[in-house]
Amino acid sequence: MADAVRRKPNMAKEKVKMPEQDPNVRNRNFEEVALGYTPEMAMEEATRCLNCKKPFCMEGCPVNVPIPRFIEQVVAGNFEKAYEIITEENALPAITGRVCPQENQCEGKCVRGRAKGCESVGIGRLERFVADYHREHGEHKKPHIEQNGKKVAVVGSGPAGITCAGELARRGYDVHVFEALHKTGGVLSYGIPEFRLPKTIVQAEADVVADYGVDFETNVVVGRTITVDELEEAGYDAVFVGSGAGLPRFQGIPGENLNGVYSANEFLTRVNLMKGYMFPDRPTPVKISPTVCVVGAGNVAMDAARTAKRLGAENVYIVYRRSEEEAPARKEEIHHAKEEGIQFKFLTNPIAVNGDEEGWVKSITCQEMELGEADASGRRRPVPVEGHTFDIETGTFIVAIGQSPNPLIRQTTPGLDTQKWGGIIVNEETMETSRDSVYAGGDAVTGAATVILAMGAGKKAAIAIDEKLSGK
Amino acid sequence: MYKIVRKETLNDAAFEMEIEAPMVARKCEAGQFIILRVGEDGERIPLTIGDFDREKGTITIVVQAVGFSTKQLEKLEVGDEVTDFVGPLGRPTEFHDGLKRVVGVCGGIGAAPVYPQLKALAEKGVKVDVIIGGREAQYVLWADKFKTFCDHVYIATDNGELGTKGFGTTVLQQLIDEGVKFDEVIAIGPVIMMKNVVKVTKPYNIPTSVSLNPIMVDGTGMCGCCRVTVDGQTKFACVDGPDFDGLNVDFDELMERQRFFKKEEKYVDEHADRICDLMRGAE
Repeated sequence: MADAVRRKPNMAKEKVKMPEQDPNVRNRNFEEVALGYTPEMAMEEATRCLNCKKPFCMEGCPVNVPIPRFIEQVVAGNFEKAYEIITEENALPAITGRVCPQENQCEGKCVRGRAKGCESVGIGRLERFVADYHREHGEHKKPHIEQNGKKVAVVGSGPAGITCAGELARRGYDVHVFEALHKTGGVLSYGIPEFRLPKTIVQAEADVVADYGVDFETNVVVGRTITVDELEEAGYDAVFVGSGAGLPRFQGIPGENLNGVYSANEFLTRVNLMKGYMFPDRPTPVKISPTVCVVGAGNVAMDAARTAKRLGAENVYIVYRRSEEEAPARKEEIHHAKEEGIQFKFLTNPIAVNGDEEGWVKSITCQEMELGEADASGRRRPVPVEGHTFDIETGTFIVAIGQSPNPLIRQTTPGLDTQKWGGIIVNEETMETSRDSVYAGGDAVTGAATVILAMGAGKKAAIAIDEKLSGK
Repeated sequence: MYKIVRKETLNDAAFEMEIEAPMVARKCEAGQFIILRVGEDGERIPLTIGDFDREKGTITIVVQAVGFSTKQLEKLEVGDEVTDFVGPLGRPTEFHDGLKRVVGVCGGIGAAPVYPQLKALAEKGVKVDVIIGGREAQYVLWADKFKTFCDHVYIATDNGELGTKGFGTTVLQQLIDEGVKFDEVIAIGPVIMMKNVVKVTKPYNIPTSVSLNPIMVDGTGMCGCCRVTVDGQTKFACVDGPDFDGLNVDFDELMERQRFFKKEEKYVDEHADRICDLMRGAE
């Protein structure tokens, strides 16, 4: 380590470029967009790390990955050692390396990115490289873990649930994860598209967690098949609820039930979970018109628009009532979408979906907007420009304006306090809910947020559950 | 895991299957549904529960083999397993208080979901009748099962082969005209049939419960594909239903929405052999 600190850093201003599929090729296939670093690229990028005494990058990481330590191992070409270091804190590095908004987290804090015209160290790209290298070359060891005889139930196998389960299993708990769908992974499986996060990678990382001894049971809808109360009666010492934010919101404008209107959730579930992108080689259908219109400008909207393009849409519009600056999607996602030919109509708010006589969408009517005073969120409020409306001709309208927590658990768990909008209320230190020994985390608590925040919550809950059950 | 323990052909279009699913059988109530899949990349097929046996841990479903996926299910035999089976989904039927006489009106395979609802009412001491409709005699389902607890079992066939010539609504109208007082009507079957039942009951303002089966994907509230308009409000059939107040359902919209993927469904059905080969190849 001491030698490593003295190594002369590579002061290149920009990150080693990530190889990517050409935009005009990739917008017609579902293969991954970013191809990943080669070992040489990774080692070169790693040398840009200053190995700071006070690593600000780690402050930006919700799961505390020892970033400088793993990067030093990449510099030395010890990729397996780097993997071990990352997975001390993060069970799903191939996933987070791909979908974390690093620019707001670790990389946002990196000192290399502070100087004008300089980019931070490509921490996400390095994490992804290390995880992929291990999956392809590493030895797969099934760890031996001493069981402590205590049982924990985890509701939902998305990022929060998998992380919580993995952390507890490593500490010797007998963990059972209940998943409502037929496949594990939650939003990683049904929501995030193949071209951003290949499903084989999701399953491979879930398999690593299964190797800790976690039991995954699909086709169990907690709240219907079995309730939280019944789990406790069945002998679980604690329950963690990571049921996500799966309930789609609609705008409440006329015509939303016409044929050709999808929630982004439905559209993406058909394509990702049900493999609709292979239709008609697989039976679950998904269909779009030559012009597709997506409302919303978050990551889900970008995913829906880019998916529509890949399914063959000629024109894909993203309409959003605020301006680009306020768009909640990652900058990189917007950039990728633009490269692929997605057309943005900012300051545009759909106010009606118009149908033909047989109940199919034929156009949407939009209201032109302008930015007014700042609202409660600190963003300038969009206000209609009187008299300025126009129609976009489209047969497909995809609503991507957000999701709310699924109400099933709160409806069937007496004594579980929730926010007015449905989020489960927790003690933020321990993630414990108003019900003793019932914990919650991820989108079920915060509303739709990021994979890594959900993982951070799952981990925090696991630590608190361990402290409580082991009497620490 | 989800083994088929009994299979019966009911007529040239429908079959009945009893499937082992102890966790579902333990918990399910009248009005709820399940989703099953056949094959690793199979569609999610929602089916309303026809009957259940808590002790044996089994669920009985009645299926009309009309498209690719239901035909795949039909190919399975006793001893085979379905790939996935999840439930119970949806809300259990909420019965109103003070019911004295209720009539079920079923069309085709709608007899299966009506059965547990009437049975539950009979167990509560409510007098129940049933009207079973079918195009021909072979499509009149479960008459014997209903006889075990129904006061009257009426039958209607389009061609008059069995029972009254006409529809279930023909019999319902006759009974109302004869002065039989029903506190509630439970109508389940094709959308057009439920719509027509409501046309009969609405003038008398008889509470009419219907069970809706719009297109669904996940069945847990996640996709919103199953949205229906009830009393001017959008509801998700999977989590707010599937039972709704029929007097306020927008049946025309529902019929239009069921046509969303007609072309695709037809294509898949016509190319079933090729798709099966591809799916098997992937497994």
